[in-house]
Amino acid sequence: MTIEVLYFAALRERVGHPRETISSDALTPRDLVAELAARSEGHRAAFADLAALRCAVDQQLVDLDAPLGAAREVAFFPPMTGG
Amino acid sequence: MSARVQSAPFDLTAELAGFGTGAGAVVTFTGLVRDDTGTMAAMEIEHYPGMTERALSDFGQAAAGRFGLIDWRIVHRFGRIAVGQPIMMVATAARHRRAAFEGADYLMDWLKSRAPFWKREIGLDGRTAWVEAVLRDEDALRRW
Repeated sequence: MTIEVLYFAALRERVGHPRETISSDALTPRDLVAELAARSEGHRAAFADLAALRCAVDQQLVDLDAPLGAAREVAFFPPMTGG
Repeated sequence: MSARVQSAPFDLTAELAGFGTGAGAVVTFTGLVRDDTGTMAAMEIEHYPGMTERALSDFGQAAAGRFGLIDWRIVHRFGRIAVGQPIMMVATAARHRRAAFEGADYLMDWLKSRAPFWKREIGLDGRTAWVEAVLRDEDALRRW
């Protein structure tokens, strides 16, 4: 399955780019994180603290253990600081 | 009933023209770039285009249903914003003041921890630092 992975804020800086297209059979965001973390030192650093990791699947905020299903866009980012 | 994300400043007076017709109470909240240390030049705000608009719209509709709001509006800026300048505004309109106050309070709590915005402080010396999320903002959501 082809997934567009997006990174924001500090995660984007650690990974080194804002998005990448990957091929993955991950069933959950947590599975996907394990695959992505192995891609580079920057990815590993970006995903070092899972407690401070937030995720959106097709632009809906979800838990790391939510099913990915036929997701096209998965975004990872730190806790949000709006307002 | 609208949510907008923009880099340009907004005009509160213009935003409220024709807002909440028929309401008995209108509450507005404006968030400004605050400098607690005296060493900040600006705030830079990043967001997730597409998801942000959808999330704000969802929060607005949820607040309208829950508090019986007659009207609501959210405007949130992104990009570089100087100290003292407005970052965002929320307006709610209801028949009575309590619903308008609570609707605005609810929207702010959701917006702070669930809308995909990230703030970065830009110092007078040009150095940058991401603003850390605070636990009390997360706790605030449990009130609702």
